[in-house]
Amino acid sequence: MPGEIALSMKGVSKSFPGVRALQNVDFSLRSGEIHALMGENGAGKSTLIKVLTGVYSGDSGEIKLGGKSVIIKSPQGAQEIGISTVYQEITLCPNLTVAENIYIGRGKKAFVNWRWMEKGAASILERFQIPVKATQQLAKCSIAVQQMVAIARAVDMDCKVLILDEPTSSLDEQEVLKLFGLMRDLKSRGVGIIFVTHFLDQVYEVCDRITVLRNGELVGEYEIKDLPRVELVSKMMGKELDEISQIASPGEKKFEGEPVYEALGLSSASGVKPFDFFIKKGEVNGFTGLLGSGRSESVRAIFGADKIIGGKVKINGKEAKISSPIQAMKQGIGYLPEDRKSDGIIDDLSVRDNIIVALQVMKGFFRPFSKSEAERFADTYIEALGIKTASKNTPIKSLSGGNQQKVILARWLLTNPQYLILDEPTRGIDVGTKLEIQKIVLKLAADGVCVTFISSEIEEMLRTCSRLIVMRDRNVAGELLGSELTQDHIMRTIAGEVK
Amino acid sequence: MKKFICLAIALVLALGAMAGCASKAPASTGPKVIKVGIVNNPPSESGYREANVKDFESVFTAANGYEVQTYYSLKNDEQLNAAKQFITGKVDYLLISAAATDGWDSVLQDAKNAGIKVFLFDRMLNTSADLYEAAVVSDMAKEGETAVSWLKAQNLGTYKVIHIQGAMGSDAQIGRTGALDAEFASGAMTKITQQTATWDEATAKQIVEAVINSGEDFNVIYAENDGMAKGAVSALDEAGITHGVGKDVVVMGFDCNRWALRELLAGNWNYDGQCSPFQAKVISDMIKSLESGGSIAQKKVISEEKGFDATTITQADIDTYGLGE
Amino acid sequence: MPKTLRRPSVSLSHLIVPLLALLVIVIFNVIHDPSFFSVSLVVNNSGNTVLSGNLVSILNGASELAILAMGMTIVTAASGGQDISVGAGAAIAGSVFVKVIKSGNSSLGLILFAFLACCLAIMLFGAFNGALVAIFKIQPMIATLILFTAGRSIAYWVNGGATPTVSGDLLGYLGGFFPGMPVPTPVFIVIATGALFALALKFTNLRLYVQAVGINSTSSRLNGINTTWIKLLSFIILAACVAIAGVIRVCRLGLINHETILLDIEMDAILAVAIGGNALSGGKFSLAGSVIGAYVIQALTTTLYALKVPSNAVKSYKAIVIIALVAVGSPVIKKLLVKARDSFLLKRKAAGGAS
Repeated sequence: MPGEIALSMKGVSKSFPGVRALQNVDFSLRSGEIHALMGENGAGKSTLIKVLTGVYSGDSGEIKLGGKSVIIKSPQGAQEIGISTVYQEITLCPNLTVAENIYIGRGKKAFVNWRWMEKGAASILERFQIPVKATQQLAKCSIAVQQMVAIARAVDMDCKVLILDEPTSSLDEQEVLKLFGLMRDLKSRGVGIIFVTHFLDQVYEVCDRITVLRNGELVGEYEIKDLPRVELVSKMMGKELDEISQIASPGEKKFEGEPVYEALGLSSASGVKPFDFFIKKGEVNGFTGLLGSGRSESVRAIFGADKIIGGKVKINGKEAKISSPIQAMKQGIGYLPEDRKSDGIIDDLSVRDNIIVALQVMKGFFRPFSKSEAERFADTYIEALGIKTASKNTPIKSLSGGNQQKVILARWLLTNPQYLILDEPTRGIDVGTKLEIQKIVLKLAADGVCVTFISSEIEEMLRTCSRLIVMRDRNVAGELLGSELTQDHIMRTIAGEVK
Repeated sequence: MKKFICLAIALVLALGAMAGCASKAPASTGPKVIKVGIVNNPPSESGYREANVKDFESVFTAANGYEVQTYYSLKNDEQLNAAKQFITGKVDYLLISAAATDGWDSVLQDAKNAGIKVFLFDRMLNTSADLYEAAVVSDMAKEGETAVSWLKAQNLGTYKVIHIQGAMGSDAQIGRTGALDAEFASGAMTKITQQTATWDEATAKQIVEAVINSGEDFNVIYAENDGMAKGAVSALDEAGITHGVGKDVVVMGFDCNRWALRELLAGNWNYDGQCSPFQAKVISDMIKSLESGGSIAQKKVISEEKGFDATTITQADIDTYGLGE
Repeated sequence: MPKTLRRPSVSLSHLIVPLLALLVIVIFNVIHDPSFFSVSLVVNNSGNTVLSGNLVSILNGASELAILAMGMTIVTAASGGQDISVGAGAAIAGSVFVKVIKSGNSSLGLILFAFLACCLAIMLFGAFNGALVAIFKIQPMIATLILFTAGRSIAYWVNGGATPTVSGDLLGYLGGFFPGMPVPTPVFIVIATGALFALALKFTNLRLYVQAVGINSTSSRLNGINTTWIKLLSFIILAACVAIAGVIRVCRLGLINHETILLDIEMDAILAVAIGGNALSGGKFSLAGSVIGAYVIQALTTTLYALKVPSNAVKSYKAIVIIALVAVGSPVIKKLLVKARDSFLLKRKAAGGAS
């Protein structure tokens, strides 16, 4: 089945001032294969892709497409010779329609035939079974649909090489399956797909070969059947990993005493139906459910992030009013939001300011930390969490996703919370950091902090949580603990087979 | 969001309307009431306009037998609309001080067809003379000529003039600049600098400061209104240059604000040119003569405008001709 | 982790462009007329010995603009938009000030009271602008269009006369020189205002909050910042600056012409913010940059007057210089400069490695 080499890159190097991002990397892609590109943050995956798509020009090395040497100067240039990319952060225009997004920037004509365009878009959407109307505004679609539209757009442009950069990080199980169907379909038509992801399961489900990068260098290229999971992880991290097995499931634990936080009939304007919830000292629990099931909305209601329209809240047994984030913070609650980029980081501000901001706000407008205090806080957490940054004054936007997430985590750890809510803290970040964050969660729990942990990866939740609240259609569908905490049982609860 | 933008725009419009229009309640007493519609610029435009509006308010009263409606706007199209409404409302006389000189032909024709007599005041219109009864206007160019001939009569020997202009292209600027430009061209006077301060006092001050700082010699400041003259004088004061009657620099202004005339009386300034805002009495007299079956002697009446000299001005002049406070 | 070489700082300092602009104007003038910046002592008409010269004119003349630029910077940073009603607002502030002064004898107490009154009045208008922006989420330029349109009419209504005048020694001192003090008072007022800002930035979290809100309002709210209040506050701070600027302008001349006082100053203020290297879309800000921007604009104006550029051409010359300045400061050009420098450094590094 493997076809001939569709794309090959030889000896590619790329330096930025002060950083050698890629060093003599080789990569090859056959037509009709799905090829996983793996590596931790900073391994050079994105740089390699950006060189391939003409965002950067490589310092040295050669790119051959279908046996012919090519020079790619811009993303448009890449598109023209059949290399299309769908990025992790969707780069479409949210206020245009689906049809416009599929066709924008493709024709060279000055005028647009709207009817033809909408018809074309509709047939593409049908071919890929994307459940959306061509005339709908893109911003009104779910992230999953937006992602699929982006892929449809890329595929429709007759590409020979399709690059999918973290396409599944915002998709739920069903949608991932649909995407895989799409990918296999493309594969059978001879398209070569480069698949960048952090989900190991997905790699082993759809990919044929794996290329691993580390620190800007090539580690190796493997057939999928020759590389067991554990070896893959150890190759990515560059060390033998018993650590994964060290994180054991918390198993069945009893938590005594008054709940630290308790909600009765809490509901918010974002649409979550009244629900009851509690968490006790040292407990780690989680909300799970499909995308849009109300799991994020529930924790936002707890933190007072959305308008509260009903319910009572007790902190350590005493009734409290939490209708805004600052009130929640004053009760010792911290919240790491789901969408790191738009709700978490303050992108132009320095790492230092991003770390101290929450504690500073709690302290008050008229009582700023001295420069030395602020720097001490920053230094402490940069070291404690191993945040990789050029300096504490670097703007947070120039850090990698995983390190940005660590900064947000540091921000809340600094406030010394009694209850910490982490909504998708591991989304879109590398395996190493994921493990670190899980370990931090368990450590916090051991120190008596309660944590609510939300993740799309059920495995991760099983490793950390002793109780899971399952959401369906903005309602609590069930609460699982102890022996019920198996992947199978959770799935069936989510699907509504178990009451 | 959109709702609020609409709201905001509505508010702007409402405020604009409030500022722009003020109509007098109709007076119902008297044997024969003469209905008059006045289209003018708003009194907030300038001290001149404020006096102008007050003048009309004091002459066209119910006691004098008038029923008056007034519309104020700085915009020509709004003025045109108001004039059309006055025509539909069947006024007897229409009095216009237009924001712009063009575009009035059809409205004036309508008025004529409806038998409404039109008077122009303050400013001329670019239109055929048979469309209006008479025009009572200021002659800005003549104001400039009066001022310049006064200046020449001072026999200064040399004339080194700082010329501070009003907003470029305005009637007053063009008129008051003309005569002086002619002197510059003929070489009788030297142009030290000629710049616009767009009627702004502080800008005028900066212009004079720049000349002082350059060390250039000058002995006349010709400012096209009182405010700019005041700005120029404050620059002289800060630099320790004397000005006024018998001093180093001759100071000239226009508009005859009361405070400016007091500077003349104190000898701090030398000359102030009048721009008469008083046209109401003349027009009222014409209307009364028409009503009593008479006719109008003159098609175009130029308001008589004086120039005041610091050496001859009296307190009585200030009381009579001074505008504002 | 990639290997790190010696790491040069990545961004050009934001003050370089405005300082460079100032330098260019200075050099131009020095070449054109070596005595341009000469400062001399003269005795003015009220018997004071004062400094005189173009340098003094620039420092003095830019005072109102510098103060407004500081306030405008805060509004820009917090709201990502600009207030276009500052000129009209200054007309209102000045009118209220004049109204109160005219009720008495312009003693120190009354002047202070008048200042507080006009501050309060214009802060109410500022709060109105701020509320439209912060609560009703109207774009700042559209929200402030209301006051921009109506402000000068309101100012007229306050005094009911076109150019009311005020007089008094103390007022003259405030707008000109205090006896025995050779430097114009407005310059000191700018310094005092700047000092107040510096203190506020040092002893409160104004900078952190304003920047956070300007960069990412959602995230700021989730970190407990009251974003509505911060935006409102920025407009109130600007209103205080408007009051100060309006009062300086009234004191300079002893009269207020509500139609021309600080006319079009909003455009200059916004420009000063832009020249100062601040993003007009909000976020990180530099007050020093904006203040330098204000002096650049005034230096340019004074230069044009000194060159006796004809009336109707002044604005075009100004526009050309401004286009050049803003272009040099634009991110695209900056990026090109950084790129050029980086490749130069890399080449030098490579050459050094080879030798």
